[in-house]
Amino acid sequence: MLGNGVRQNITGYLVVLSGLFMLADLYLIFVVAPTDAVLGHVQRVFYFHVPIAIMSFLAFFLVFLASIAYVVRRDGKWDRLAHSCAEVGVVFVTVALLTGIIWGRPLWNTWWTWEPRLTTTLILWLIYVSYLMIRSHASNQQQAARYSAVVGIVGFVDVPIVYYSVVWWRSIHPSPVVGPFAQANALEPIMLWILLFSMVTFLLLFAYLVAERTALRNSEDRLRGIRLVARRAGR
Amino acid sequence: MMQLLRPVLILVRKDILLEWRSRDLVVSMLVFSLLIVVVFNFALNVTPQRVTVLAPGIIWVTFAFAATLAMNRSFVREMEQGGLAGLLLSPVSRDAIFLGKALSSFLFMLLVEAALLPIFGALLNFPVLSFTLVLTIVMATLGFALVGTLFSAIAVQTRSREIMLPVLFFPVILPVIIAAVEASSASIGSEPGVGLNRWLPLLAIFDALFLVICPWVFAVVVEE
Repeated sequence: MLGNGVRQNITGYLVVLSGLFMLADLYLIFVVAPTDAVLGHVQRVFYFHVPIAIMSFLAFFLVFLASIAYVVRRDGKWDRLAHSCAEVGVVFVTVALLTGIIWGRPLWNTWWTWEPRLTTTLILWLIYVSYLMIRSHASNQQQAARYSAVVGIVGFVDVPIVYYSVVWWRSIHPSPVVGPFAQANALEPIMLWILLFSMVTFLLLFAYLVAERTALRNSEDRLRGIRLVARRAGR
Repeated sequence: MMQLLRPVLILVRKDILLEWRSRDLVVSMLVFSLLIVVVFNFALNVTPQRVTVLAPGIIWVTFAFAATLAMNRSFVREMEQGGLAGLLLSPVSRDAIFLGKALSSFLFMLLVEAALLPIFGALLNFPVLSFTLVLTIVMATLGFALVGTLFSAIAVQTRSREIMLPVLFFPVILPVIIAAVEASSASIGSEPGVGLNRWLPLLAIFDALFLVICPWVFAVVVEE
């Protein structure tokens, strides 16, 4: 892949770029964006919630692709990418769930509802937490890579089935949530633009975090190799 | 075809023979399931008016717990005397090993479920003899066995295997549990048609999908 120097450069650009975008994004969200007529200020959490949720889905899709690539090619770089994406993805999906709960309260008048998107997100969280657990419980790195690749593939294939089973389940057990906002209301154009900007911001943040985490994994692996050699030499 | 089938059947025969000699798995699953039903009865206060609402949930939570018990044992047995290493060294394809283990777990679970169903019917007072219900049980149990065998092979190699299996198993198996509960409540309740045309196809899709994926990734799990 890329040389070390080039990769460090990219990480450097990404951190500056995502930092600048984040400042602009915060300004747009808290100063420029109009206050929602009905929901008030709490509606601003929406500009965080939606991009973060979408980025976490992207993360798990990347885990899926990298896991397949690892299974087929057996190249450690794919495992490092899958691992990094999974870790960042779990952080993002956790934030998405928490902001969703905060937003759901004024919107639906309840913290949680077993709606397909919410349920699928929760199941995603569980699957990828178990992905990280299997990594830390495996007895060596090789095993961790292979087992987590299996979970990364099986877990992602399962997601659409979970989604549709909850959609159908919902059609039998209708939502108790009723109210003016049970349906998604149309966004003002300015709100939509800010949402798009926020999307780009969080995409940059995601890319930076994954790049940084992959670099860290590289260092960890190299250190582990050095330690192994040192131990053998000492014996 | 015969080349794949023969080792599968030999493996299943070996597992059945092992189980026949010890009988520990089937007996422990049965006792454990009965205990769960007793606990549920008092936790949920199952009265005749509410039985059609509660019974499907009780059945499937019990079956799913019993399945994790079976799956926990499936590869532990192979590990005890280095049996798995022997299996992997034998001139048999990985697909055959996976299918053999999955099929024997499937049969053990079906046996336990067949014994439990009339007991459930008697204890909770609902009709158990229905084609839909039996078909649902067979298809859902196949899903349990496929996914469970794969994760059992993973969990058995890790530290704290008793924790890892359910943690991996339950999120992935959730659609099967949803479909099985809904199909069962349709067959226990008044309109059996609803379950047939929606949930049984979902179970069939799940089974078919994992019948293809699991043997493929199983080869990745057991390579050393």
